[in-house]
Amino acid sequence: MPLDKSIKKVLVIGSGPIVIGQAAEFDYSGTQACQAIKDEGIEVVLVNSNPATIMTDRGMATHTYIEPLTAEYVEKIIQKERPDSVIAGMGGQTGLNLACELYDKGVFDKYNMKVIGTSIPSIKEGEDRDSFKRLMERTNQPIAPSEIVTDLDSGLAFAKQIGYPVIVRPAYTLGGTGGGIAENPEQLETILSQGLHLSRVGQVLLEKSIKGWKEIEFEVMRDGTGNCITVCSMENIDPVGVHTGDSIVVAPALTLADKEYQMLRKAAIDIINSIEIKGGCNVQFALDPESFNYAVIEINPRVSRSSALASKATGYPIAKIAAKIALGYNLDEIKNAVTGKTFACFEPAIDYVVTKIPKWPFDKFFGAKRNLGTKMMATGEIMSIGNTLEASLLKGIRSLEIKQYTLERKSSKQRTTVELKQRVIVPDDERLFDLAELIRRNYNMDKLAEITGMDPFFLQKIKNIVDAEEELKKYKLTDLNYNMLKKYKKMGFSDKGIAELIGCSADEVFNLRKMLGITPVYKMVDTCAGEFEAVSPYYYSTYDETTESFPSDKKKVIVIGSGPIRIGQGIEFDYCSVHSVLSLAKAGVETIIINNNPETVSTDFDTSDKLYFEPLTEEDVYNIILLEKPDGVILQFGGQTAIKLANFLDNMNVPVLGTQPKYIDEAENREKFDEMLEKLDIKRPKGKAVWSVKEGIEEANKLEYPLLVRPSYVLGGQGMEITRNEIDLVRYLTDAFIKDTKNPVLIDRYLGGRELEVDAICDGTDVLIPGIMEHLERAGVHSGDSISIYPPQNVPSHIVDKIVDVTYRIARELNVIGMINIQFIEFRDELYIIEVNPRSSRTVPYITKVTNVPVIDIATNIMLGKTLKEMGYSTGIAPQTNTVAIKVPVFSTEKLPRVEVSLGPEMRSTGEVLGVGHNFHEAMYKGFLSAGTTIPKAGSTILVTVRDLDKENFLPIAKKFAALGCNFIATSGTAKLLEDNKIPVQTAKKISEGVPNVLDVIRSGMIDLIVDIPKKGNDVHSDGFKIRRTAIECSVSIMTSLDTVSALVDVMEHQYTPDNVDVISLAEIK
Amino acid sequence: MKAQLILENGMRFSGTLFGAEKNIVGEVVFTTGMTGYQETLTDPSFAGQIVTMTFPLIGNYGINLEDMEAKHTNLKAFVVREKCDFPSNFRNEMNLDNFLREQGVVGLEGIDTRALTKIIREAGTMKGVIMVGEPSENDINILMNSLDNSQVIMNTTTESIYTVNDTGRIHIAFIDLGTKQGIVRDLASRGCKITIFPANVSAEQINEVNPDLVFLSNGPGDPLDAPGTVDTVKELIGKYPVCGICMGHQIIGLALGCKTKKLKFGHHGGNHPVKDLQSGNVFITSQNHNYIVADYPDDVEETFTNVNDGTCEGIRHKTLPVQSVQFHPEASPGPLDTGWMFDRFLKEVR
Repeated sequence: MPLDKSIKKVLVIGSGPIVIGQAAEFDYSGTQACQAIKDEGIEVVLVNSNPATIMTDRGMATHTYIEPLTAEYVEKIIQKERPDSVIAGMGGQTGLNLACELYDKGVFDKYNMKVIGTSIPSIKEGEDRDSFKRLMERTNQPIAPSEIVTDLDSGLAFAKQIGYPVIVRPAYTLGGTGGGIAENPEQLETILSQGLHLSRVGQVLLEKSIKGWKEIEFEVMRDGTGNCITVCSMENIDPVGVHTGDSIVVAPALTLADKEYQMLRKAAIDIINSIEIKGGCNVQFALDPESFNYAVIEINPRVSRSSALASKATGYPIAKIAAKIALGYNLDEIKNAVTGKTFACFEPAIDYVVTKIPKWPFDKFFGAKRNLGTKMMATGEIMSIGNTLEASLLKGIRSLEIKQYTLERKSSKQRTTVELKQRVIVPDDERLFDLAELIRRNYNMDKLAEITGMDPFFLQKIKNIVDAEEELKKYKLTDLNYNMLKKYKKMGFSDKGIAELIGCSADEVFNLRKMLGITPVYKMVDTCAGEFEAVSPYYYSTYDETTESFPSDKKKVIVIGSGPIRIGQGIEFDYCSVHSVLSLAKAGVETIIINNNPETVSTDFDTSDKLYFEPLTEEDVYNIILLEKPDGVILQFGGQTAIKLANFLDNMNVPVLGTQPKYIDEAENREKFDEMLEKLDIKRPKGKAVWSVKEGIEEANKLEYPLLVRPSYVLGGQGMEITRNEIDLVRYLTDAFIKDTKNPVLIDRYLGGRELEVDAICDGTDVLIPGIMEHLERAGVHSGDSISIYPPQNVPSHIVDKIVDVTYRIARELNVIGMINIQFIEFRDELYIIEVNPRSSRTVPYITKVTNVPVIDIATNIMLGKTLKEMGYSTGIAPQTNTVAIKVPVFSTEKLPRVEVSLGPEMRSTGEVLGVGHNFHEAMYKGFLSAGTTIPKAGSTILVTVRDLDKENFLPIAKKFAALGCNFIATSGTAKLLEDNKIPVQTAKKISEGVPNVLDVIRSGMIDLIVDIPKKGNDVHSDGFKIRRTAIECSVSIMTSLDTVSALVDVMEHQYTPDNVDVISLAEIK
Repeated sequence: MKAQLILENGMRFSGTLFGAEKNIVGEVVFTTGMTGYQETLTDPSFAGQIVTMTFPLIGNYGINLEDMEAKHTNLKAFVVREKCDFPSNFRNEMNLDNFLREQGVVGLEGIDTRALTKIIREAGTMKGVIMVGEPSENDINILMNSLDNSQVIMNTTTESIYTVNDTGRIHIAFIDLGTKQGIVRDLASRGCKITIFPANVSAEQINEVNPDLVFLSNGPGDPLDAPGTVDTVKELIGKYPVCGICMGHQIIGLALGCKTKKLKFGHHGGNHPVKDLQSGNVFITSQNHNYIVADYPDDVEETFTNVNDGTCEGIRHKTLPVQSVQFHPEASPGPLDTGWMFDRFLKEVR
C-alpha cells in the first residue's frame, strides 16, 4: 500500500528525560520519525518533556510541546491540536506506556484518532508478561519455564517447583528495574517484593534461569502487508545473566552456524507476523551453546536501544522506515537511501565487525556496587567498527575515555589470580580487563569458558590481543619494521597502545608510522557489503590498501562529537554538535562529524556530509584530519571530550575554529585563570591549590570553614565535597592524595549563596547573553543537579548589570570566539565567579529553546567569521520571553546500588525535564510533574529528617505543609522540633532503635514524600544514606535540599491541576 | 605460504595460502552471506569458481559433517579476509584450514575482500588465478587461459541413478545438474520418492519410471553448456509437470523458448528480495547464480521478480504444469522464508 492519504496530522510521543535504560537513542529515533513524517507533507505534533533533545527543537516537528508526559497533559495537547493519528513506538518504554494508558482510557477513540504503526493490542501482546507467554505458546516458541506472580507466596512456591536460580522480571519497567537473579528463597524474597512494588501493574515474571546461554538479538521489521526482514543480528559477548544494555555486544552474531542463525531468524519473523507488527521489533533469544534448544527472552515491539545500534551498525535507518510503514508504505516501496537504487525490503549484508561497549558511571560513583546483572546500569555506550573483532574491540576500548589503550589495566594487574577468577564469574564493569589478565597469566582457556559461560571464540579473540601485547613488550621502537608495525595497526592497536607496551611515546610511534608510510584507509558502511554502489557518506578506518573516502576540494569543517553519554556529558552536547553542522551546511560549508556514540542524531549518516564513526582520541581524529585537510575543526560543541584535543591539535597546527586553544587552556588552568581574574578585578571565592594534607590544613585555617574541596581537572564535580571541619578535611585530603599523587587538590571557601549561570556568545567584540539562569538550590549543589530558572526571579538589576559586565570582560579577555559558560554565586549582594567553561555547556539546548535565541547557529556563524552585529545582535542580554521555563534534573540513582541520593557538589543526574508556565509557580509545578516528583496534597504523609543546621529553616516550611493538611512522620530530633512548635507529628524509630523503624515505614508505602536534609553524603553506613536508598528503591519521592522543598510547598499553595494550567507549545514562547 | 590472486584484468591481491597448496584458475565471484560458509563450500553451483566471502571472519563455528550440501566441495578456491583457527560450536568437527586441505581446495586469507568485491562489482565476473610466489607473466597467462568451465555440470552431476526415500507417495524424477542436498531433503520431507538422474539423462529413461513430476536441480555454470538436458526437458514438458530451481529454472526457461543472459557479477548471498507477482508480497531469498532467464514467449509468464534489479526470479507456463524459480527456497544457507515454494511445486502433481 502506498501512503495513507487520510493521515494529515500525527502525534509523536517522546521518551522524556534521559535515564539509565532510556537515553539518546530515542532522540535519534524520534527525530528520524518526525522528519520521515514531515517529508510526506504531514503535520507532526510532538510531546516530550526533555528540552535537551534535538527532536524538541523549533523546526523539527510542526507543533512541539515540552510538557509533562502524563495522560492528562497529552490529552490536553490532543484537545488543542486535534491530531488524527498517533504513532506509539517512537518514545521508548515511556512513550509506549503512555500510549497504552491513553488507549485504555479511551482518549484516542474520544478524539477519533487512529493508532498508526503497530497497534496497541499488538503491543500489549508483547509487553505484558502473561500475554507474552500465551503468544509464545500460540506461535510454538519455546520460553524458559515461567509464571506471572502478583504476590510473594505464590512466587516462592513456583520457584520451589522450577528450582533455583530464578530470574525476577517486573512487567512494564525500564532497563529491567527491580529485576534480578535469586539463588535461594531469601534472595527471592528481597528481589520479588521490590519487583512487585516497582511494576506498574504489580506483576512480576519468575523464570527459570538460563544463565550461561548465548544471548542473541534480532532487529526485525514488518510492513502492513506482512513483508518481513531482519535488519541485523547481534550477539552478546556476555552470556545470559547480564542485561543486554550492560553487555558487550557484537554485530552480526559471530558464533552461529547458518542452521542456528536461520532457526532464530525464522522464529523472530514468525513472532512478528503473529502479532502483526507494523514497524520495527526487537526479539531477544537465549540459545543453548550445546544444542539447538533456544528460548525467547523478550520482544520489544518498538524502536529501542538495540534498534538504534542496529541502524548504525548496518546503515539501515530502522526508525525512519518504521515511520514510513506507519504511514502506509510497504517495505518494497521505500527506497534504500544508502544505495539510492535498491529498496528497504532487503536484509543488510555487512562486511565488518561492530562492537558495542557500555559506558558505566562507576568512575564517578566510587562507592557504587558495580556487579552487572539483570538491571542495566550503563548510562551510555560506544560503538566501533573494524574488519577484525580484535580491531573493533581495541577501537571500542579507546572510545570509552577510560584511559585504556590496551587490555592491560592497572587495577586488574594488581589483583590476585583468585580474585580475578571470582571477578570474572561475578562480572562487573572491568570484566574484560580481568579476563585479559587471567589469560595473560596463562589461565586454562577451557576452564575460563566454563566459569564465565562466554563462548571460547570470544575468549580466543581476547587472547589474540593479549598475545600481541606480550609480543610488543619484547620489542623496542627500533625493532619495529614495516611488516610488524602494519600487523599491529591492522589488529587495531593505537600508537599510544603500542607506545605503552614497548615503552616510548605515542609521538615516536606516530613518526615511525609516518616514515614507513603506514596510514589508515577508510571503508564505507553501505548496507550491502560492497555489492551495490553506495552513496552513504559513512566511514570507518582500517589498515587495508584501498580507501573509499575521497576528500573534496570544497571548504569544509570537522565537528568533533562528544562520545558516549555519561553523567556530566549527555545528549546536550549532541544537540550542539548537530546544530553546528546544520548551521555550517546552511553556510555552504561541507560538514564532517567524528563521533563514536551509536545512540545519537550526530551519528546518523544523514546529519552531516560525511560521518567518520571513530574513536575520539588524538590519533584517530588526527588521521582523519590528515586525510580531509579541513579548513577548520570545531571543538566547542563536543564537551570535554572535544576540548581535551585542543592543545594537541594546536601543536599539530590544525586550525581550530573559534576560541584558540591557548585561551581555552587559560580558562581550564586554575593558576592562569586566577591571574586573569585578579587582573580584571573579578571576585571569586578565595581558594588555593594544595599538594599535601599539611598544606591543606594551613590553608583551611586561613580561609575558614566551610570549604569546598575538589581534585583539579574534573568533570561534573567529580570528587567534590563541602567540608565543615578539620576532621572531614583531613579525611578528604588523605584519600585524594592516595588516589592521585600528581595533581593538587583545590580548596575554596564555600559561599552558600544563590547560583547564577550564563551561556554567552562572543565574536571578539560583542558579547551576547541569551539569558541568565537562576538556580533554585543554593551553592553547593552541582549546577547540573540544580533546578534552573529562566528568567531569573530574584536577581536585583545591579547584579544583572554586573553579570553582563563580568561576562563581557571575561569573554573579551579570553578572546572567546563562540561559546562561553560562566557560573556565578551571588553572596551577600556580591557577585563571585565559580567556574568558566570556554565551550558550549549542557544548558545550551535549554536556553536556546526558552529564549528563542538560536545559540549554536549564532556561535557557529561567528566561528566562520561573521559578527553578532551582522546577525542583528549586540552586547547584552537578549529580550526576555513571555514565559517562565524551569529545568528540573532527573536522576537514575535507583538503578545504581549503593550510590548516594542526596544533592551535593558531585553531579548525579542523568537527564532533565522542562516546565513551562505563565509564572514561576506554574512552571515549577509542571517541572515537578514532569520529573515524576510526587506533589503532596491534603492528607499526604511526609517523612522528615532534617540536620540540626537547618532545623530552624525548616520550620516555616513545615507550617505551610501542615496548613495544607499534610501529616508528618519524623525521626526523634526533627519530631521534637515539630512538637515544640505545636505541629502534629508521629515519631518513627531510628534504624538502631529496632523494628519497625523508619525504613519499615518507607517500605510500608504510607509515605508520599520524604524530606531528608543530610549532614553529609556518601556515608554508606549512616541512617540517612539508608533512608535515602530505601526511598528511591521504593519509588518514594525524596528531597534533600530545603530550597527544593520550599519551592514545592509554594507550588502546593497554588492548588494547580491539569484543568487550571495551559499547555504551551514552543511556538508560543516568544 | 604467500600467494597471489591475480585477476584477468591484471589486478593482484597478496595473501597467505591455506588449505590445499597449489596453483589454480577459476571464475572469481563473491557471496555476501554472513553465515553458511560451509554450505557455500559444498554447494556444487560454485564448481569452477574462486569464491570470496564478503564477511571478514570465516570459519568461526568450524565445519561439521551434517551441513554438507554435497559429499564434497566443488569450488576451486576460497578467498577470505581472516580464517578462524580456533572454531567454537557444539557441532564443530574440524577447522576450515583442515577441511579445505582434506578437500583439496585452495584457501587464500589476508585479502582485502571488500576491495576485491568492488572490483568484481564494477568490472563484472572475471577469471582469476591463485599462484604461489612470484609467477611469471607467461605462467599466469597459461594458467589463466586454461580455464574451461563448460563441463562443470557433467563434473558435478551424479554418475549413477539412485533413489532417495523409497516409500514416498509422490514420485519425482530428479535431474541432478549439480544439486544441493537441501533440495532433495526438502522434497523428501514432503513425502516424495526421488529418483535421481544424471544431467545427460534421456527422455526415454525418465519415461521408464513414469514419474509424477520432473524436477531440475540447481547447478554450476552456463545453461547453454547443457543443450542435451534442454532437449530432454523439451520432450518431457507436456507429459509431466516440470519444475526446477536455479540452473534447473534456466534449463526449463530455454526449453520453453526463453533466452538466458549473463549478469555482470551475479547474485550470490542470502539477502535478495523477491516479489511474488501474484500476491505482491516480498520475500528474502538465498541466491547463487550468474545467469538469468529473459525474453519469454507468449505462453510463459514471470511469477517472481527481483526487487533490487527487476530481473526474472521465476516463470510459469500459462497452460502447462511447468514452473521454476531462480532463487533457492531450500535455503542452506540463507533464509527459510520461501520453503512453501516446494508445496507450490508439488501442487503441479495432479
